[in-house]
Amino acid sequence: MKGNEVIGEAAIKAGCRYFFGYPITPQSELPEYLSRRLPEIGGVYLQAESEVAAINMVYGAAATGVRVMTSSSSPGISLKQEGISYIAGSELPCIIVNIMRGGPGLGGIQPSQSDYFQATRGGGHGDYYLIVLAPASVQEIADLVKKGFDLAEKYRNPVMILGDGMLGQMMEPVDFGVETSGDSFDKSWATTGKNGRKKSNIVNSLYLKPEELEVHNRELEKKYLEIKSKETMAESYLTKDAEIVVAAYGMTARIAKSAVDMAREEGIRAGVFRPITLWPYPEKELNAATVSAKGVLTVEMSLGQMVEDVKLSLNGRLPVEFYGRVGGMVPTARAIFEEIKRMSEKFGGVK
Amino acid sequence: MAVVFDRPKSLTDAKFHYCPGCHHGIIHRLVAEVLDELGLQDRTVGIAPVGCAVFAYDYFDVDCIEAAHGRAPAVATGVKRTRPDTIVFSYQGDGDLASIGMAEIVHAAARSENITVIFVNNAIYGMTGGQMAPTTLIGQKTTTSPLGRKSELTGYPIKVCELLATLPGATYLARTSVHDPKNVRQTKEAIKKAFQLQVEGKGFSLVEVLSACPTNWHMKPVQALDFIKNDMMDYFPLGQFKSPEEAK
Amino acid sequence: MSKVRVTFNEELCKGCELCKNACPKGIIEMAGYINAMGYHPAKLVNPQECVGCGFCALMCPDLVIKIEKEEIK
Repeated sequence: MKGNEVIGEAAIKAGCRYFFGYPITPQSELPEYLSRRLPEIGGVYLQAESEVAAINMVYGAAATGVRVMTSSSSPGISLKQEGISYIAGSELPCIIVNIMRGGPGLGGIQPSQSDYFQATRGGGHGDYYLIVLAPASVQEIADLVKKGFDLAEKYRNPVMILGDGMLGQMMEPVDFGVETSGDSFDKSWATTGKNGRKKSNIVNSLYLKPEELEVHNRELEKKYLEIKSKETMAESYLTKDAEIVVAAYGMTARIAKSAVDMAREEGIRAGVFRPITLWPYPEKELNAATVSAKGVLTVEMSLGQMVEDVKLSLNGRLPVEFYGRVGGMVPTARAIFEEIKRMSEKFGGVK
Repeated sequence: MAVVFDRPKSLTDAKFHYCPGCHHGIIHRLVAEVLDELGLQDRTVGIAPVGCAVFAYDYFDVDCIEAAHGRAPAVATGVKRTRPDTIVFSYQGDGDLASIGMAEIVHAAARSENITVIFVNNAIYGMTGGQMAPTTLIGQKTTTSPLGRKSELTGYPIKVCELLATLPGATYLARTSVHDPKNVRQTKEAIKKAFQLQVEGKGFSLVEVLSACPTNWHMKPVQALDFIKNDMMDYFPLGQFKSPEEAK
Repeated sequence: MSKVRVTFNEELCKGCELCKNACPKGIIEMAGYINAMGYHPAKLVNPQECVGCGFCALMCPDLVIKIEKEEIK
């Protein structure tokens, strides 16, 4: 199945019946797919008048306690930032899918990874974080969408699925596994009409008294600390004895694996560290994967964004270098291999 | 003795923070009376705006959601589409509905969303201190039109009911006023009709209520009534701009 | 014929005078004293003349006014 459509089907398998979105290349196949599928199963697909309206529809739907999703690509995600901040501040669960394209501004429609900062540093105003999941295969898209809904409801926080145009277009086999739902999560806070409840529920992020807003922010902080300690995910490939570790996520990590295979054939001990959660960043896992390393090469389809988190995680322990392509250009395995080779010679790699 | 007039059940006991003579208090009360009379309190979800009525969730004793500025119709859509059995209303002012939220209100009406919108038109931005609104009259002085609104500079006020009436999806559009008891009663009737239509699943309803903002108009509350009667009603005529009979 | 009792909850009143302006009998005046919020609250100065039209209550933005009626046989 195609990546973009797998996002939709996985959401359905996770019990999501509501989608509000807007067309934008390269993710329009997702709303198109759901416009066919959701009515088939009694769900609601609604094309909003803008990405701004769509995220606010998600906010309203999430407030009623249902599983709900929206999707867009980079410029549309920029439009959603205020709404996302409201969702985080009001502690509502939802999934936001970003199929990244070249930027800034109108940019291009080819893949990129230049929204990493936007995704992992909150994105909108205020002190909050999104749980950011970065799939690297069509199967992983299905797994992470399902997991994403669970995380969103467990922590009452928005979750972002961060993909790119290539991933959206890829056709690979996928197994959706068992159907899940949000039934096991507490929804007593939802605004569904009082229906005999004594006190009305209010979904809100306004706290005019600074003392109250401070308390609220500290509660959010507590939540984020818990997520950081419990929910990191990463995959390591041949890192146990690797001298040069390539840090990359999403599609870039797949290409990096090919480059690492090429390096191994030349006797260079290289490996790939692939974070799956970009927030919380898997610091512990990165440090564990670089125990034997002499240097880390970060590869991204950007001018260098995740490289900062790599440096922060390693805290000066190892040299970190960067290789990237931008504008929608995709790094080749050969180019990454050349970088690995260069670093291996630079940092005294034994051939 | 039987009580014939008292605080409606659908309002909490919270004291309104509105200025003396502000008509939000009247309109809140009318909405709550209608919810009581139609027996809707238990299944209603209210969407609060950004504006003086930002604390509407403290006053209406129903489940409420605070919306981002202008986005209430989209938030209402999200609620109503997932929970069609709820009664959903948004309560919005000039900036929220006719400025930043213009796309959302037009599209909610175009889609014939089965919601009720209460639009409080006082021709000014109240909460932020009296700036010009899309509904500010020509010649009206505000903090951002200190010499009076000039059409050559900022065009003309927007007539929301007339604008939305061009949309087949809009089922019921009415403009009323609350400047005297007779008009307060007529506003209540319009609001009741709007909610009744939502109960019957008939589509999108909006009641635009011409109201006073004595503080930012720099008038005493009683004096402000004249501005509605003589100036606002001249440009914003009262009446029904779309009725369910003609909507289909 | 009905007996009517109109009560003003003075602590809620903001002295806006909309009730006084609406009263067709002219029997509402603003008190000389002030309430806890610092406003001169409205009061019914001639309750026996009240016909229970309810105009004051309709216009009041602050739910100050409560009206009770009793049918007298």
